[in-house]
Amino acid sequence: MDNLLRTAFGLAILASILTACSTGGQNHKLPILGHREPVTREVNGKTVTDTVYQQIPAFTFLNQDSTVITPQTFDNSVYIANFFFTSCPSICPTMQRNLLKVYEKYKGRNDVKFLSHSIDFKHDKPSKLKWYADRLGVEGTQWQFAYGPKEDIYGISAKYMVFTAEDDQAPGGYDHSGYLILVDREKHIRGAYDGTDDEQVALLLEDLEVLLDEYR
Amino acid sequence: MVRIFIYSLLTMVAGCVFLNACQSGGELDKARYYINGKSLYETHCRNCHGDQGEGLGRLYPPLTDTLFMRAYQRQLACLIKYGSSGQLTVGGQVYDAAMPANPRLSDTEIAYLITYISNSFGNHHGIKRDTSVRTELQHCRANQ
Repeated sequence: MDNLLRTAFGLAILASILTACSTGGQNHKLPILGHREPVTREVNGKTVTDTVYQQIPAFTFLNQDSTVITPQTFDNSVYIANFFFTSCPSICPTMQRNLLKVYEKYKGRNDVKFLSHSIDFKHDKPSKLKWYADRLGVEGTQWQFAYGPKEDIYGISAKYMVFTAEDDQAPGGYDHSGYLILVDREKHIRGAYDGTDDEQVALLLEDLEVLLDEYR
Repeated sequence: MVRIFIYSLLTMVAGCVFLNACQSGGELDKARYYINGKSLYETHCRNCHGDQGEGLGRLYPPLTDTLFMRAYQRQLACLIKYGSSGQLTVGGQVYDAAMPANPRLSDTEIAYLITYISNSFGNHHGIKRDTSVRTELQHCRANQ
């Protein structure tokens, strides 16, 4: 009798765990990454606390057509951002090859955009970025290639939580990490994926659909 | 009688297995060059030319054009060691991105690499010896 009770109890726990997992899956939402702070204010005499999440701040860059781009360029769309340079001999080609696969899947859609910042402010002027985009097989402006002054590009990379630095010892003269950053319509960071890792890129493709579901 | 037949059959099978296991010296050399070349490829070439030698768009040429590989067999060493800054036509497509030089690779390492890419991605050119790499490098040096 004791044994029977124990088995039944065990089964009940197992069942509840399984149910919890499956319902969790259905309502799966991506987290908002980065720092956050509580902001307290008075509403009708009551104290209300809101959480303010990290946001991509204002920026002004030139794209491959020498047109100004700002955060408003990406309004009403989610976008994937990264940092690269056109003469990069190390991780960039692999990262861009993988991002190109995502681009080709969503090509022509105006709710998914791409933003590659060049960290080689010396050589990657807009005309060079145009040359690169053309040879990569990118047309139009769904995928923007950003050129800007050093302090602006390196400053914004920190806001995307991506490491970038000038480094004589690094291949090509710049050191950086190969993360693909998923940003939602509210300019919050919702995911970060190693652009040189096939499994991480597959996860990005899954998460991108989860994020797009929020706006359906 | 049956037993003798079975024994002789077993001996023949064992003999075949044994002979196959001992590849000729040339085949072994090629296998050694190829496997060393593969790891060098992964370090120095794969980022641009891809896992399957597929290249990247019109930026970096593929290594799957067997006609190009055949025509450039004697120039590959120079391309790898000294890079290229001009135009290359591969598979009917013009490529104009610069290829970086790899000055630190030794003649032997270049021979490994060429053996790997010349026997992968649809190419079948056999082993590339370090002696021919040395000769070809001297030749393109003289032309530079």
